[in-house]
Amino acid sequence: MARIAVEDIGKRTKKEKRIMIWRSVKKNKTCYAMLAPFMIFFILFTVIPVVMSLPVSFTDFNMAQTPKFVGLSNYTSLFLSDKIFMRSIRVTIIFALFTGPVSYVMCFLLAWLINELHPKLKTIFTLIFYIPSIANIYTVWQLIFSGDMNGYVNSFLINLGLINAPIQWLTDAKYILGVCIVVQLWISLGAGFLALRAGFQNIDRSMYEVGAIEGISTRWQELIYIVIPSMGPQLMFAAVMQIVSSFTAGTAAQNLVGFPSTDYKAHTLMTHAYDYGWVRYEMGYASAICMILFVLMFLCSKLINRVLSKYID
Amino acid sequence: MAGADPIKLKASNKQAGRKPGGTAAIFVFLLIIGIFMLLPIYLTVIMSIKPVEELFIFPPKLYAMRPTLSNFSDMFDALKSSRVPFSRYVFNSVAVTVSVTFMQCIFASMAAFVLAKCRFPGGKIINSIIVVSLLYQSNVIYIMQYMLMSKMGIIDTPLALILPSAASPLGLFLMRQSISQVPDAMIEAAKVDGAGLFRICWQIVMPNQKPALMTLIIFAFQASWNMQSGTLVFQEQYKTLPTVAAQTAASGLARAGVAMSAAVFMLVPPIIVFMLAQRHVIETMAHSGIKD
Repeated sequence: MARIAVEDIGKRTKKEKRIMIWRSVKKNKTCYAMLAPFMIFFILFTVIPVVMSLPVSFTDFNMAQTPKFVGLSNYTSLFLSDKIFMRSIRVTIIFALFTGPVSYVMCFLLAWLINELHPKLKTIFTLIFYIPSIANIYTVWQLIFSGDMNGYVNSFLINLGLINAPIQWLTDAKYILGVCIVVQLWISLGAGFLALRAGFQNIDRSMYEVGAIEGISTRWQELIYIVIPSMGPQLMFAAVMQIVSSFTAGTAAQNLVGFPSTDYKAHTLMTHAYDYGWVRYEMGYASAICMILFVLMFLCSKLINRVLSKYID
Repeated sequence: MAGADPIKLKASNKQAGRKPGGTAAIFVFLLIIGIFMLLPIYLTVIMSIKPVEELFIFPPKLYAMRPTLSNFSDMFDALKSSRVPFSRYVFNSVAVTVSVTFMQCIFASMAAFVLAKCRFPGGKIINSIIVVSLLYQSNVIYIMQYMLMSKMGIIDTPLALILPSAASPLGLFLMRQSISQVPDAMIEAAKVDGAGLFRICWQIVMPNQKPALMTLIIFAFQASWNMQSGTLVFQEQYKTLPTVAAQTAASGLARAGVAMSAAVFMLVPPIIVFMLAQRHVIETMAHSGIKD
């Protein structure tokens, strides 16, 4: 009789494990079948391109010649000799710190307040707040913040007598970042906001009724005891969306204050990557920048995941 | 609860603590923010109907003195002058948008249901890959996608516009988050009754997921409607509206009016889809059958 060591009891050999996994794969074959259509396209058009693009950051790649392996030199020159990169990290973090949390709170508060209104008004207000994120109109912001007296903001301030001469909103280094943050906030009520609106709609009416019977008497109590605990998944979705949109901001700024902006005041990491990728065709360098951006966003999402799961569960 | 208190029962028909004054205050507050949000949109619409000589007068006006549709007719004239009839662009855009939206919704819903509610080897890994893929933004991806598609030989065909968007990690994430709120008991009950996973997904879970599904339709429609196609298809007969609109509007501030009218024109279909979908979202609330 083979003796079984005490610590081996309850453990399975590798072969047994493999058989178990294979069995449960077979048992769940409907799952895989339902997953398949999505996964085929996802792997083909997202996973493979991402995996292919990861090693590019260790190469010198100009899209015409074959990539040349250069080791970590892209990263070392980013941190040691690229002054604009260091500046763009700062701009990105300021941007994310201002627009991320503010727009997240805005998304949630507005979605909640809209939910208190009559159904017809709900649709209208949701539309009003959502339109800016789908309308690609930067031209109008250029006219609003235009640096001559024709700009709406300037002419408004001059008429009020607050200023005598027009302010160069889009080229004066003092104002650029502020103006870009305003515009970014304006377009930031997008995917996260709509998902939260849908989440509010998903809460079962009987929950409120039970709450009312149990003695909840104000909107605030209802929000804290009923709404937030049952909206965990949507809150997480909106958080990820806001992280992505606030860290990858840059297109709006590029269209608004030009590229490059005065004194690189609105130069985010995404703008820097655009500069090296599409202007100078140094794809290796550009993807090293994107990798650093990815690490920043990943850490941020882990942090937020931890904070949110503490409050929600 | 012992002894049904009539006042509390009455309250239970409504939500807790609703005073008309509070709702009015909320309405006013939202109205003020809404006006700020709408102002740039309003200016865009106004500028699209302003004649050229009114665009640069001082002080700038918040309305058009002599509204005209000439910007729109300029835009359509420019569009008409190309070799391909305008209706062809409309057809391309509609075909691409409808097929992308349809595929995204079907694929993402099924996959999200499985990932949210079934335990099987590999499920957890796929779940985390999807979130990570949302965070990985790099312009190199598009080059790799392009290289892949040219290997497959679908560049310069309509497939190049449709297939890459068929599976959207964002849509899957949205649906998965929403489906995860469905109580397991409901699915177990259906299983006991002998329903297969496919039927459970489409007949039991999805009818309760209208808010999320409608939101996904809005995202998918708007993203594919606005997708620039210029780098993926070169033949004029395959181009879609956004590319053509961008071509006509790309002349800076001098043709600001035409650019604005193109923006307004492109904005109309997403708004219509939004209104239709949101109405569905809001109607579903009263009778959702989910109970734990």
